Amino acid sequence: MLEKGTKAPDFELNATPDQKIKLKDFIGKNVILAFYPADWSPVCSDQMALYNEMLKYFSKHDAQIFGVSVDSVWCHLAFEKDRKLHFPLLADFEPKGAVSKAYGVYDDEVGESKRALFVIDKEGMIAWSYLSPTAVNPGADGILDALEELDKK
Amino acid sequence: MSNLKPEVSNSDHVQGNDAATITIVEFGDYQCPFCGDAHPIIKEIEDTFGDQIKFVFRNFPLQESHQYAFSAAAAAEAAALQGKFWEMHDALYENQYRLDENLFEELAETVGLDMEKFQQDFTSEAVKEKVDNDFESGVRSGVNGTPSFYVNGTKFDGDAAALHQMLEESTE
Repeated sequence: MLEKGTKAPDFELNATPDQKIKLKDFIGKNVILAFYPADWSPVCSDQMALYNEMLKYFSKHDAQIFGVSVDSVWCHLAFEKDRKLHFPLLADFEPKGAVSKAYGVYDDEVGESKRALFVIDKEGMIAWSYLSPTAVNPGADGILDALEELDKK
Repeated sequence: MSNLKPEVSNSDHVQGNDAATITIVEFGDYQCPFCGDAHPIIKEIEDTFGDQIKFVFRNFPLQESHQYAFSAAAAAEAAALQGKFWEMHDALYENQYRLDENLFEELAETVGLDMEKFQQDFTSEAVKEKVDNDFESGVRSGVNGTPSFYVNGTKFDGDAAALHQMLEESTE
């Protein structure tokens, strides 16, 4: 897993069938990446629902959050709609798990992303990362602590 | 391990013995079915452990998932301004199965509130701020779902039934 102080690997992933998100377009903004195993599985859903409630706290710190899993854009769209999510979910779908692998958070055995959080600073450097046990929703306090540290710089 | 931030203070709603050795803080949502399930278990815990327990409730309404969660929290906080937080708190959980926008005034009358004051407070900035502050404290404390419990300031990884069991074992 990539640690603090590493340059965040750039990526280009679909958020919707016709919208791609490039990490390098977010230079100048803090970015939160929340890798999670799968849409629809109960723990992840809680985790994404929690982040959905916290968008105003993230934007206070000038941060954009993205969820990332190996599910396809169509699956993400249905999931976003069902849970009324107001932030993009990115499809690490083809080649499968490539971005998760680049960040060192791919689980080869099950073929899913691990549950991992990254906070990337405005220069594109990883400022904080955290690997959670797959069954445990890591909450958001670690993310907020990391964003607060960045605000002090 | 996540810790409660900020600590319990006089802006919290506290039930039970002020000098109790065990302080339980719940972050809850009045529309969350798991919090509804936890409600009678918390009552049991309070009955069983009596003076040993102090119980604190903070609001953690998941507004995007539950359309009445914020209003329900505001109703409880508005009742608090008339000294009836716990009456409203209990009434909301006991009537969770029929929660909708018409329920709040009905419950306010049932618990005996001054209706004019209730209506004013229900939508006031002060009440909204109290609920928001509770939510933010939950975020800072590492709440990862509702209900989340803290025992003497440390996050307890388990539901109300597990909490009951842990207390039985630790007070034996």
